[in-house]
Amino acid sequence: MALLSCAGIRKEFGGHVVLDDLSLDVAEHQVVALIGTSGSGKSTLLRCLNLLERVDDGVITLDGEDITDPRADPDRVRRRIGMVFQSYNLFPHMTVLDNIVLAPVRVHSRAPQQARVQAREWLDRLGLADKALSYPDRLSGGQQQRVAIVRALVNEPRLLLLDEVTSALDPELVGEVLSMIRDLKESGMTMVLATHEMGFARQVADRVVFLDGGRVIESGPPERVLGDPEQARTRQFLARIIAAGRL
Amino acid sequence: MTGPAPAAGGRTGGFRPVDGFRPSAVQAGRIAYRRRQTVRSVLLAALSTGVLGVLLVVAVTGAPGWERVRTSFFDLGVARESFPAILQGLWLNIRMLVVCAVAALALGLLIAVLRTLRGPVFFPVRAMATGYTYVFRGVPLIIVIYLFAFGVPGLRLRGTPSVLVLGGAAMVITYGAYLAEVFRAGIESVHPSQLAAARSLGLTYRQTMRHVVLPQAVRRVAPPLLNDTVALQKDVGLVSLAGPVDAVRAAQIATAEHFNYTPYIVAAVLFVLLAAPLIAVTDAVTLRAARRQDAGA
Repeated sequence: MALLSCAGIRKEFGGHVVLDDLSLDVAEHQVVALIGTSGSGKSTLLRCLNLLERVDDGVITLDGEDITDPRADPDRVRRRIGMVFQSYNLFPHMTVLDNIVLAPVRVHSRAPQQARVQAREWLDRLGLADKALSYPDRLSGGQQQRVAIVRALVNEPRLLLLDEVTSALDPELVGEVLSMIRDLKESGMTMVLATHEMGFARQVADRVVFLDGGRVIESGPPERVLGDPEQARTRQFLARIIAAGRL
Repeated sequence: MTGPAPAAGGRTGGFRPVDGFRPSAVQAGRIAYRRRQTVRSVLLAALSTGVLGVLLVVAVTGAPGWERVRTSFFDLGVARESFPAILQGLWLNIRMLVVCAVAALALGLLIAVLRTLRGPVFFPVRAMATGYTYVFRGVPLIIVIYLFAFGVPGLRLRGTPSVLVLGGAAMVITYGAYLAEVFRAGIESVHPSQLAAARSLGLTYRQTMRHVVLPQAVRRVAPPLLNDTVALQKDVGLVSLAGPVDAVRAAQIATAEHFNYTPYIVAAVLFVLLAAPLIAVTDAVTLRAARRQDAGA
């Protein structure tokens, strides 16, 4: 059974339909890459998945539970879903360490001491041990984004949502974030990621989903969707990406 | 004023490379030019300040009524005699300021947070908080003091506090309304992406306010909050309208006794001295906030 399942999702903003009858299943340990132009609905879909936006129709289930039911508690749902944003969104008034332990301590009621030990282990592994007590603005973009990923991971989510996590980074910093995501895939984390990095989508995704106009146009293994697309619109999109030198 | 800003001139003019680098002829020329410009602007500033100062002194002391004004406003003897009473009055101002400032800040923060509460249950709370900020930012402080200090005792309730406490309450309620709006501006200035990040971690709305929004909001509005405290510093004296003798009222009494206005000058100087540290702190906090923003926080 799918860990995450979307059926007939619709979302509109002020008369503009952003997601239109969209359906998508994600199995446990699967990595799904959402590709498509800006405005194709990738980010909106991710925000609907962890209830930052309320869907206008359709059903989303997580572990078989309907999370779009108005009686579902969004706070409880979000505890099981991690999210990483394009612009990191670290809390600027907290140290790196405090950013990481906030949710474990406040939401998951872990002992602060134990949460800090765990956070430091993560930072050690990423070579950021000396940044534990720094404030986010003293870190490079790549370092901030990796801290943001750790901040989501320490809550042991069932599902990780990544919203164009390398789009705000300088090209030479993209690699460190992507290699971290690659390691996550190795460890079996279920992920849905919106990305412009086609090469990365090809490497890391089990399935690539091309969105256009809020609909799934094409979905399948990366070799097929990126290498030999069936749909004309997918081919047009990829042609533009190639022309821009991004594939 | 003419010439480049002193800071820019100073920075480039004072350029001293550490590694033995020798500037090219062009750069040396530019440095020399900027140095000459800096000297010129300093001289000009000194000259214009001096001229303006002399003009002011001549205008005031040369005025036909200057001798009369000097004796009735700047009489050292009267100043010395009235000083202890005014200082004693000022002690009341200081105590009122500390208590009222703390209470008004707490009230303002509470009201601002109440205005952000969501959900139908809180509608009356939100409505009351909003109505409060509308009414008490509109009513003149003097009228609120009269209503509290004379109206409340008129109810003849048992345990009615003293006029001093009632006057202080009027101050707190009026300033609380202004401070609530400052806090609210701070809360609204925190970017929605911060809320999204906090909520996506599973934090509840209350936890998000407490740990993510309010700490950032309060830091950001610290300068305007302190500025309102400086204004409160002057307004606490209005409690004397209801009877208690503060520095201004003490000065008024001394003025009537000596038939001389010097006590007002004494009170004014004391108020400036009282405000100076508060203003200095405000400036320092503002500067620090600006620097932090430059750092890209």
